[in-house]
Amino acid sequence: MNKLPKWVDVALIPFINLLLALIVSGLVILYIGESPFEAISIMVRGAVGSTYGWGYTLYYATNFIFTGLAVAVAFQARMFNIGGEGQAAIGSLGVALVCLAVPWPHWLIALPAAVIAGAIFGAAWAAIPAYLQAKRGSHIVITTIMFNFIASALLVYLLVNVMKPVGTMAPETGRFPPGTFLPDAYDMAGWVGLRFSRSAPLNITFFIAILCCVLVYLLIWRTRLGYQIRAFGQSESAAVYAGISPVRITMITMLISGGLAGLMGINAVMGEAERLVIDPVQGAGFVGIAVALMGRSHPAGVFLAGLLFGMLYQGGGELEFDIPAISREMILVIQALVILFTGAFDNMIRMPLERLFNRPGRGGGSPAKPMPPGEGTTHKPAVSEPEKS
Amino acid sequence: MAGTVTETQAGRPAESAAPAIELRGISKAFGPVQANKDISIRVMPGTIHGIIGENGAGKSTLMSILYGFYKADAGEIFINGEKTEIPDSQAAISAGIGMVFQHFKLVQNFSVLENVILGAEDGALLKPSKAKAREALKRLAAEYELQVDPDALIEEIGVGMQQRVEILKALYRQADILILDEPTGVLTPAEADHLFRILEGLKAQGKTIILITHKLREIMDVTDTVSVMRRGEMTATVQTSETDAEHLAELMVGRKVLLRVDKKPAAPGDTVLEIENLKVVDEDGVERLRGIDLHVRAGEILGIAGVAGNGQSEVLEVLGGITAAKGTVRINGQEIDLSGKSSDGQSRRARSIAHVPEDRQSLGLIMDFHAWENMIFGYHHDPAYQKNALLMDNAGIRAETQAKMERFDVRPPNPDLTARSFSGGNQQKIVCAREIERNPDLLLVGQPTRGVDIGAIEFIHNQIVGLRDQGKAVLLVSVELEEIMSLADRIAVMFDGRVMGERLPSETDERELGLLMAGITDTEAEHSVDEVAANLAKTQGKVG
Repeated sequence: MNKLPKWVDVALIPFINLLLALIVSGLVILYIGESPFEAISIMVRGAVGSTYGWGYTLYYATNFIFTGLAVAVAFQARMFNIGGEGQAAIGSLGVALVCLAVPWPHWLIALPAAVIAGAIFGAAWAAIPAYLQAKRGSHIVITTIMFNFIASALLVYLLVNVMKPVGTMAPETGRFPPGTFLPDAYDMAGWVGLRFSRSAPLNITFFIAILCCVLVYLLIWRTRLGYQIRAFGQSESAAVYAGISPVRITMITMLISGGLAGLMGINAVMGEAERLVIDPVQGAGFVGIAVALMGRSHPAGVFLAGLLFGMLYQGGGELEFDIPAISREMILVIQALVILFTGAFDNMIRMPLERLFNRPGRGGGSPAKPMPPGEGTTHKPAVSEPEKS
Repeated sequence: MAGTVTETQAGRPAESAAPAIELRGISKAFGPVQANKDISIRVMPGTIHGIIGENGAGKSTLMSILYGFYKADAGEIFINGEKTEIPDSQAAISAGIGMVFQHFKLVQNFSVLENVILGAEDGALLKPSKAKAREALKRLAAEYELQVDPDALIEEIGVGMQQRVEILKALYRQADILILDEPTGVLTPAEADHLFRILEGLKAQGKTIILITHKLREIMDVTDTVSVMRRGEMTATVQTSETDAEHLAELMVGRKVLLRVDKKPAAPGDTVLEIENLKVVDEDGVERLRGIDLHVRAGEILGIAGVAGNGQSEVLEVLGGITAAKGTVRINGQEIDLSGKSSDGQSRRARSIAHVPEDRQSLGLIMDFHAWENMIFGYHHDPAYQKNALLMDNAGIRAETQAKMERFDVRPPNPDLTARSFSGGNQQKIVCAREIERNPDLLLVGQPTRGVDIGAIEFIHNQIVGLRDQGKAVLLVSVELEEIMSLADRIAVMFDGRVMGERLPSETDERELGLLMAGITDTEAEHSVDEVAANLAKTQGKVG
């Protein structure tokens, strides 16, 4: 089976998933006595109805694209990097250290330094679980989750005990020097003579995220390293046959993945907060998993899914503000439903569609029953010889 | 439901009785694939009826319909002359049909007895069922030469024994019609001969046997009647005594096929591969190779024969850089690293060793990669495949792949299809094209024609012989003795991690090789089948 036209795979299925999530969300809103149509119009208007809305939507999207790319790259090697949250937090720490340590004369110089620092810190945080997976066989899902907690605790410790300026109460660093301030959407719109909301956090990092999408595409589908990553992800035994070292590919892939997650710190810390706060990532690492799932681990898909989740976040915020009956928790429910339907329930939609698209031209039931052993189909299951256990 | 199934008559049907099985106009489609097209066949009672055809010809689909796994889109089934509906396997069993699958359906850690009664228990308590089955097994053993220890665990007995258990299972369920799907794939020649004697015994008792196989020799040896299938259609049904292997092969493939490999005598040159005292210990501490010595010269094919799991795979994996080992291996006189940092597939390829692995689907190909991606697999470090320092030359690789696919007759020659969408034979041609076109000094080939149709077998064999004739060394591992006999210039037989002996194809026969494969070196003496089977079973614990 598994033969779906490409447009169904990349467009129709995500769309149906999203629609189902919205329908169920609508029922929930109806249940608490509010109008789903009003709610959705508030969400859409809040997310894309003004430059202010766009400014927030794209800001969130930038975060999600970085963390989504991180998950997507790891998934090309069939590794499930759940540690985007921690890697982004440590990446943020790296960005903050660079911003605070040097009196940067201009953002154009500070930005490359921050990119390098964010990527290296994020990669370093992914390196330990990667090493444990590659050399010791510790499952990367478990270790990366655990490293999220360690990262969070480490950040709290550093902010409370080491990095907090003397005489302040808030567990955060002092404001970065002005030489590190990145141009925001208002500034950039001004360069080309446009007007944009002054108070939106969207900044130049958005373009770095787009650049990363392109680079990840080239890496995975156009380079030898990407070829090896994909081969390893598809079949480790075949990779070994071809002389591709599983240890090496595991390490490299996770370093790239962690580095991408770490870059999120540029947007959140350098671009928006301009200081390191106690939770700079705010769940974006986990949203990245949903973004990568929905985006089919393809950079273009990640970009679109990141955009969608940006809208959900910004629109949800507006909804919470405008309809008091819809609480913060209700927004989380809606976001969770989208993740649930696009990620976990994906096969629910996929299987009936596969059956629909593979139906023989006339009559005849669909081959729902599994094939018997032996021949019959054009391809056999991979390993079926009795000499190997 | 079961109510529609007619009871089978006990006892022996008369000579003039209706066919034991008659299928009329059976058709079955899976999506756009017509697996069975208007198939009619009559199997007379008390005969062995062979069904032969290439992989994908529709043999297994037809039997699955007969056994109730699939419902036919059209057609009728008659058992002993009565129209019968077979909606599920329970109905098939009550109609007196028993099936022995290619891959046994046995619970590994249950005893023989428990496996026999599984699903046919008489009540909630096992004890009475077991006692009854024990009696029945004793009777069946005496009647049909089907001796097994009822209390042995399945995982402790050999493959041949396990197959006997499968047959016993069917007989215990009162089967009068026995279907065997590729029964000899895992057996040594001696075991296969014994199986055929059992089948003869069953036939003499009036049972009807359907033998599904792709091996022409078996058909010629044991069947009374043979039906040939090709592309979902029944192309012919003939009396075995009135046909020959060449004619059957032609019916199977649809054109004339050369069954023997046409090759000149070898002209061996310098030694290319030398193996001395090679040892492999696996993760569980089991010695898989116990110190073997082999050599292959330029311009010759060394065939390694043996029952699957006796160390042949490990030889290939060590030489291919997949498994670490101890000992000495020299290529063109230079020693290669067997366990250190530079022991991997890349370093082997750098030494001009190419490897067509035994399991093409999990080693040799990435099934979801396109053909062009698979065509550089393992050779992806070749600078010729780079467009510049960073990017690969995907367009160039595509073009080269297309040319190679055309030279190796891969159908269709479309580099943008995934490996999965090709048939087994064409997948193997892709692997062979990739490895042979590198013009290696040493070609490692494992099971080159497993799951490959006859037409492609001929082609692949010719490519291997062609490489030999160019003065290259070939190391061939195959469980198909016929393949070894016809391709190899020298034959080494492996058993339990050792080389039991080397023979020249012209000076040996299947009987001698079969004994060596079971670890018996005094091949002049007489040996009983049970001795062979018992000897083989010793290695099974490690294999299963």
